[in-house]
Amino acid sequence: MDSSTFFGLSTVAYIFAMITYITYLAFRNSAIGIVATAITIAGFAFQTLALGLRWKEFADIGQMGILRAVPLTNLYESLIFFVWCLILAYLVIEFKYKNRSFGAFITPIAALALAFIDISGMSKSIQPLVPALQSNWLLVHVMMSFFAYSMFAISFSTALMYLIVRADKRSEPSYIFWTVMLSVFVITLAAMGLDYMTFKVAIKSQEELIKSYLFRASFRSSSPAVAVLSWVLAVAFTFFIWRFGGALKKIIVSLNILPEMLDEITYKSIAIGFPIFTLGGLIFGAIWADQAWGKYWTWDPKETWSLITWFFYAFFLHSRLIRGWKGKKVAIVSVMGFMAVIFTYLGVNLLLSGLHSYGGQ
Amino acid sequence: MLKEKNKTIIDKVWDMFASVKLAVVIFSLIALTSMVGTVIEQQVEPEKNIKVLTKILGIGHEAAHSLLGVLDKLQFTDMYHAWWFLALLLLFAANLIICSLDRIPRVLKLVREKVRAMPPDYLDKMSIKKTLSKKEKVSEMKELAVSSLNRIGFKPLESTGEQGTQLYAEKGNFTRLGVYITHLSILIILAGAILGLMFGYNAMLNLPEGEVSSFAYKDRETKIPLGFDLRCDNFEVEYYPGSDMPKAYKSWLTVLKNGKEVMKKSIVVNDPLTYDGITFYQSSFGTLPSGIENGIIVLRVVSSSGQAEQINTKVGGSFTIPGTSITGRITNFSPALSVDQSGRAFTYSEQMTNPAVYVEFPGSGKSGWILKRYPQTWALSDGNRVEFLDYWGVEYTGMQVRKDPGVLIVYLGCFLMAVGLYMTFFMSHKRVWINISEEKSGLKVLVGASANKNKAAFEAKIEKLVGMLNAGQKGGK
Repeated sequence: MDSSTFFGLSTVAYIFAMITYITYLAFRNSAIGIVATAITIAGFAFQTLALGLRWKEFADIGQMGILRAVPLTNLYESLIFFVWCLILAYLVIEFKYKNRSFGAFITPIAALALAFIDISGMSKSIQPLVPALQSNWLLVHVMMSFFAYSMFAISFSTALMYLIVRADKRSEPSYIFWTVMLSVFVITLAAMGLDYMTFKVAIKSQEELIKSYLFRASFRSSSPAVAVLSWVLAVAFTFFIWRFGGALKKIIVSLNILPEMLDEITYKSIAIGFPIFTLGGLIFGAIWADQAWGKYWTWDPKETWSLITWFFYAFFLHSRLIRGWKGKKVAIVSVMGFMAVIFTYLGVNLLLSGLHSYGGQ
Repeated sequence: MLKEKNKTIIDKVWDMFASVKLAVVIFSLIALTSMVGTVIEQQVEPEKNIKVLTKILGIGHEAAHSLLGVLDKLQFTDMYHAWWFLALLLLFAANLIICSLDRIPRVLKLVREKVRAMPPDYLDKMSIKKTLSKKEKVSEMKELAVSSLNRIGFKPLESTGEQGTQLYAEKGNFTRLGVYITHLSILIILAGAILGLMFGYNAMLNLPEGEVSSFAYKDRETKIPLGFDLRCDNFEVEYYPGSDMPKAYKSWLTVLKNGKEVMKKSIVVNDPLTYDGITFYQSSFGTLPSGIENGIIVLRVVSSSGQAEQINTKVGGSFTIPGTSITGRITNFSPALSVDQSGRAFTYSEQMTNPAVYVEFPGSGKSGWILKRYPQTWALSDGNRVEFLDYWGVEYTGMQVRKDPGVLIVYLGCFLMAVGLYMTFFMSHKRVWINISEEKSGLKVLVGASANKNKAAFEAKIEKLVGMLNAGQKGGK
């Protein structure tokens, strides 16, 4: 059996885990909860095995040492590793806080990400490493960066939940902030899904979809009617979330998730993610660049955006520790920090390099 | 209010720089301008950025042109070298220094302050506390407490007073300085970067196989003397089997000083050569425009009986298989040979991605292509072999040349940052007190503890300590 079989098994396991966690929330039966945890652990074990196998396959194809053949060199592999870190962190939280409610939020993200890989037809083939990537730094740099990203993803979701629970009035800035953020998130994903379904036949690669067809089926449609309609729908959706956001609060409160716990998890995951991101992402990245190109810092978009992300989280930590900011204010900073993370991870590669490659033609 | 009035201008400036507000403003300015800098491509010809601007803003060519003019005036087209961006970075440094200096006396006091014995009612109010009732003698209990504290890594001090015997200890008081070590490391990295900008350079050197250079080039006009000579002995590209994807570029270099060879090294991407403070990084390669026909073909000819000979020749040249009278002639060369659907050979690239020579044997009438990357084409049907080793003298190696006296300082800063971050996030200042007092029913043992960070982890350790104190009782008489 090869790695893709086990990746498939782990996807199936996470989908079942998602269903079981939601059932658990509905019935509050602890036996169902134990089954959900067991399925998640099984999925995690399959995925770990799959990662190991892929690592070995990569080493065989690239004909290189096991330490250099890190299977983290394209979007497919990095998304899988991201999901792996997320589930690992979730399991730790579940055991530490003895609370299974988060499972109903985390496992859907994992299942969706893995299903997205399958549906989008993202290239899964193993590509040998170009010379610049053949370095021992690849392992530590990429692994630590992704580990930090998944820590930031957790802080993002707990901070968003915190805002949902703590914001009371519709006129409150933090209430408006979270409703708009959530709407933008959902609308962007929906618009990208629409692009994909509309232009599925025309596109050759995932990157091309985002580079040339982003929002072409909605906001940037060639037909003005469609474009206007998209904007109207987006605004209407945001208004809907804003008007009925209180219902989400009721759900989370009913799940026995305390705001103090959310605040603590937000802080702790950033307190772990930040030093690891600084060391693995920025410092090791700089040392590697120095060895490969003789320049430890060139202000290229990826580096610059990592630095911007770093500023966000440095600000989070300082405002919390020095100014004693707690609660909603820092939760907003944490949510914005993760926006920067997403842009550093995906936006720079897909949008900026896309822009610049047009410039080159 | 009165106090405010008495402040001198220096105090006011100091306060402004020590404020977190200014830090936020500088952070945001650096972040916002950097974002612009990632969209506007840096140090490129204007035409590229005009295309970028028309694309993202949906404006016409003319409007984009004038907008770029404004951005160019503001130095946004090379913003990371603009005076105002450097000024922002220096402001950031100043803010960091003054913020740290402002807070460090208080922190140093906390670091220097030794842990002292505390009254028991004070321990009772600590965030981590445990109370035990014991039956041992005071001296036995004290011994047990000392050994238990030792086992969790504390070396306790002792004091005896009215309220019993107290053991107290602390660990990691220096970790309070972690934040400031991290701040210092940022300043050291910035200092190293400035040093590199002032006394270092980045340049290029394209060196053809077999040639020597004593200069590197910043651009077409600016030559930088190296102070020694560098020779490229050979350059090779290794490909992944069956594809044109390069696996490695490798240059064999020799450093010559006053005509004498002083160093030999082969470099690949991620493994540069450093001599006399100047580092050469493999970065690109290419074929010389002077003509691919002029290269030297390096063959190793092996007879069926195992006699071998290395031959350097050119297109049109001949060779003899050693120990025989079989003579071959090279009649054609292709830098990148492929075969079309009808089986006809053709050259698909000007680059040397798949070099091949056409060999004819006039004696037997046999002929065929021999490919450098495919050893299976080297064997002839009569048992002899013609190995195509190299096509030399037509490629150049492209190298980044760097001198940066600040880089070691930057590395030192990076190391310090790792230490500082570890101290800040994964260590804490921990203190523990054990008060043993005699009561009618026996001994009352009060354990109190505090940590400035990661309280939960320290609490688990204190649980362990209490477990040891309890176990001592069961193990006793």
